[in-house]
Parts: sequence; C-alpha cells; structure tokens
Amino acid sequence: MSSKKPTGKATRQAFGEAITRLGEKYPHIVVLDADLSKSTKSEIFAKKFPERFFEMGIAEANMIGTAAGLSFTGKLPFACSFGCFLTGRYDTIRLSVGYAQANVRLVGTHAGIGIGDDGYSQMGLEDISLMRSIPTMGVFQPMDARETELILEYLVKDWKGPAYLRLTRQNLPDLFPPGKDFCPCKLMQIHSHTGEISAVCIATGATVSEAVQAAQILSGRGIGISVWNAHSLKPFDDQSLLEIASHTKLLISIEDHSVIGGLGTCVAEALAKNARDFKPVRLVKLGVQDVFAESGSATELYEKFGISAASIARRIQHELGGMA
Amino acid sequence: MSDEKLKTIAKELRILIIEMLSEASSGHPGGSLSTVDIMTVLWFHEMRRPNGDRFILSKGHAAPALYAALAKCGLINIEEIKTLRKLNSRLQGHPDRVRLPIVEASTGSLGQGLSVAQGIAMGTKMSGEKSRIYCVIGDGESQEGQIWETAMSAPKFKLSNLCVILDYNKGQIDGHVADVMPIEPVIEKWRAFGWHTIEIDGHDIRQIREAFGEARELQEKCSIKPVFILANTVKGKGVPFMENKIEWHGVAPTPEQAREAIAAIKGT
Repeated sequence: MSSKKPTGKATRQAFGEAITRLGEKYPHIVVLDADLSKSTKSEIFAKKFPERFFEMGIAEANMIGTAAGLSFTGKLPFACSFGCFLTGRYDTIRLSVGYAQANVRLVGTHAGIGIGDDGYSQMGLEDISLMRSIPTMGVFQPMDARETELILEYLVKDWKGPAYLRLTRQNLPDLFPPGKDFCPCKLMQIHSHTGEISAVCIATGATVSEAVQAAQILSGRGIGISVWNAHSLKPFDDQSLLEIASHTKLLISIEDHSVIGGLGTCVAEALAKNARDFKPVRLVKLGVQDVFAESGSATELYEKFGISAASIARRIQHELGGMA
Repeated sequence: MSDEKLKTIAKELRILIIEMLSEASSGHPGGSLSTVDIMTVLWFHEMRRPNGDRFILSKGHAAPALYAALAKCGLINIEEIKTLRKLNSRLQGHPDRVRLPIVEASTGSLGQGLSVAQGIAMGTKMSGEKSRIYCVIGDGESQEGQIWETAMSAPKFKLSNLCVILDYNKGQIDGHVADVMPIEPVIEKWRAFGWHTIEIDGHDIRQIREAFGEARELQEKCSIKPVFILANTVKGKGVPFMENKIEWHGVAPTPEQAREAIAAIKGT
C-alpha cells in the first residue's frame, strides 16, 4: 500500500451510497445484513428505506436463505456481510442461491489483507475462489468508488441470477477515467506506457492502484509496464487476456486474495485453455501464497505479502532480470 | 373436500410413492410416507392455489411425496413420476425449482428450506398478499442450526403467514432421533422462540385440517405469531413392514416388496 493517503472512498462506502440512490428508482431492491450494517455500509440504505431493510442478526445462513426466498417473490435482495462470513455459509449459497438460480446479490466487504489489524479471521481471502466455483455465479470486484457504482448499476439493471460483489474496507484512490464508458465483464487498460512494454500487470480491486504505482516507479527506471483492471472474475474476459498476453513475455497477476482460485487462476486457466494458439508467456501470480495471513497495518501487510507498489516493482524487476 | 375423500387421496399418494421409488430403485420411503397425510390436507384442502399459497419442502428427501401430490393435482403428468431420479428428469432426487418451477425452493441440504420459506413469507407480506406459506421440516433436520436461526427470526418479522409443520416421525438415517441427537422438548422450544404451537396426530386427517384452519384463522385475526405444528407421525406409515423401521429411511422397495406394500395400502 502506498504511503500516499488515498483520496478516494472505500468501495464499501461507495456501495452503501450507490445502493441507496438505486433504491429510489428501483422499489424491488431490498437489503439484508447480519449485524454488520455499520461496517458494510448497508446502514445508509437502512436509514433511508427502513421498511426495505432486514436486520437478520448474527445468523448469515438464515440471511442468505431468506434473501433467496425474497427473490422468489420478485424482490432484488442484497445480502451483506464480511466476505469471509458469507462464504462460511457456503452450502446455503451453493444450494438455496446458486442451484435455485435465485436472483440474489451477495455483498462481501472487508476483502483481503487490506483490512489490516483485525487479522485472518475477518479477511475474505478465499471468497473469489469459492464463489467462482458455483455454476453461473457472477463474481465482481471494483477498483474504486466510481467502478463500484457502475458495477452495481449493471447488477441491478442487467445481471440475472446470483452474483457476488467483493468490496474493500480501506479507502482506495480514484482510478476510473472520468467520462470513459464502462464495459461490463471486460478487462480495461488503466495504465499504459508509450515506449516498449516489458511486462503486463493484471490486477483487481485494491491492488489495481498498487500496480499503477508500481508501473510509475518502474517507468522512472526506464521500464515500461502496462496495467489492466479485471473487475469481473467471472465471467472472465479470456479473449482480451489472450490478446494482451500475445504481446508480452511476462504477465503479473496481482490480487489481495489467495493465489488459489482467484485472479491468478483466472489468468492461468485462460492461458492454459488456449496454450497452443500463441507463444509461451510467463505468469507470476502475486497475492497471498497459500498461507494464513495475520494482523498488522494494511501498509505492512501489503509489503510483507508482496502486493504493495514497491514490492510489486521489485518483483517485476527481479523477474525481468532473470529473463534477460 | 370430505375427510373420507382425503383419506382415499392419501392412499393413492402412498401408492404413487411406492411405485415411483420402486421404478427408481432408490429414494426415501420412510420419511415420504410419514408426510403423506399432511401433504394430502395441504394440497387437496387447505392451500388456495393459484391464489398465492405456497409450499416448501425443507426436508427435500421426501420429494416423492411432493411429486405424488403434484401428479394427483394434475400439475405434473402422472406418467412423469416414472422418471424420478433418472437422467434428464425434472423429478430430481431432491426438489429442484429450476427444472420444476412449481417447486418453490431447491432443497436437500437440510435446514435451508425454512429460511427460504421465511423469505417468501416476508416478500409476499411486503407486497400486501394475503397468501400463506407452508413449510414441512423434518425431526432429524431440526438438529441443523439454521432451523433455529429461522425459529428465532420469523417471530421478529411477525410472519403469521408462515406455517411450519414438523414431520415428527422420530427416525433418521443413523437411528432414533432421541439417540442420534435429542431435539426434545421440541414444542416448548418453538413456543419459547415466540411461535404459536399446535400438536396433532399427523395421520389424523381431521386434526391436520383443524390445525391448518386454526393457523389460517390466526393470520386473519391479525395475530403476529408464525405457527408451528408438531405432527406426530410414523415413519413408513401405511406400509406395515416399513412402519417405524429405520432401515426403510433410504432404501427403495424391490418390485415384489412394492406389490406387497401396495396391497397393504389398498387393504387398510
């Protein structure tokens, strides 16, 4: 995490504000929470629409099943908690929501080691992996406040069936280019370099800004890096990924999540499925490496687990040195 | 419909269950047969469909009893029951609302259907519907924590349109409920959680009918309590060689056993 204080909002805050705005226009939106509405920011909706907000207490399985039932009566329920507590009730998500094709939006906040001090028990670190393995479950993660609004609008207006939205506790800098069109489920280039490109970063959520800062650091050292943002982990934009991969020898996936089943796995799967169609590319998966995380400040943890801007830059330089 | 007519339908449903389980060569006769009289009163007397009353089978392994009721109602073709548990069938081993949309919830992992029923009850109540939501749960299923999460929450939301029926047949796969993991005192637990409770003989058509009548009347009188009906039942009810036999929880009858079972049902 950069030492610069991010100017933007936490994506959970952007969610709370945006769902409340959407709630005015879409009366079928209802929100459920499991005693974390102050943390997930669903309290903003609760204050505006108390009759459409259901406080379910610390009983996430019941909340998720209830959300499924509400969806069967034509409501569009958003069930909110920390990501790790939602996936803790995986069987209910799998059957009552997934298999039943319930039009439910699961909103998991406190993604990754970025939550800091509270430690591993509160960190959503396997949620992308678990949610992706449920058939038809959409998995989305915005990189900033604006993208949160855009994804949320898409999930209200266009998405059918179950979906998971992964949000941060911590503030994130504004990155979404003003006025740029939002292309749902597509990779988006967020940083480019005019000269030769030595490596391409694919990042998601909180790590997008780290990757952009890493690219800026490396640019100062004469190394060209481009950075792409993946707001949709499922469906994953294989097509764009392959196009990007065909122009580089080194791909770096960066995520505040386990490297098993998350963004790095999405990239690896896309490459492996199409391996015979293009020249080999090296993939380095940055993220939490099959270990349990721990307490600490977010800045310290991003450094220790190798997903801070400085550590990403060091790692890329190291990889490029090895390839020369 | 008269109680005599309902009793005749209950027999027909039991025969359909035996036929479909025998044809499928797998499935759960014990807990399907124990729910039959409850299902009969619900589907052929109590529920006002299509005016919005809804049924959720939380103990999904009793799916054959639900499919039998749907077939007898004409909501699925009677011939279709032969496809139970077979490839490409709408009649999955446990209810599947995507393949068979008349089923309200996809169940089979115990403890979940009641939460879904609660969500439906909340949604219909919000929309101002007067409909009633019925949910059958099992006694073994009552060992699931999620059941008690909903037991706690439904009174909070004043869901007098929600009626839970416990098919209390006292048996589960590993043995007697009282030995595997006791749930007693079960009616006191539900009452303590804030439910209006009624205890009945789950094979007495009149008692079942009156219990549902009482529950409906409470909603009409603007009660705020959801209703819990403890239905004392017999696992394998109606087939003497299956009654109260744990081993008939999840084993289908052979064709010969099926013939014997059907003869016994017809003879009662």
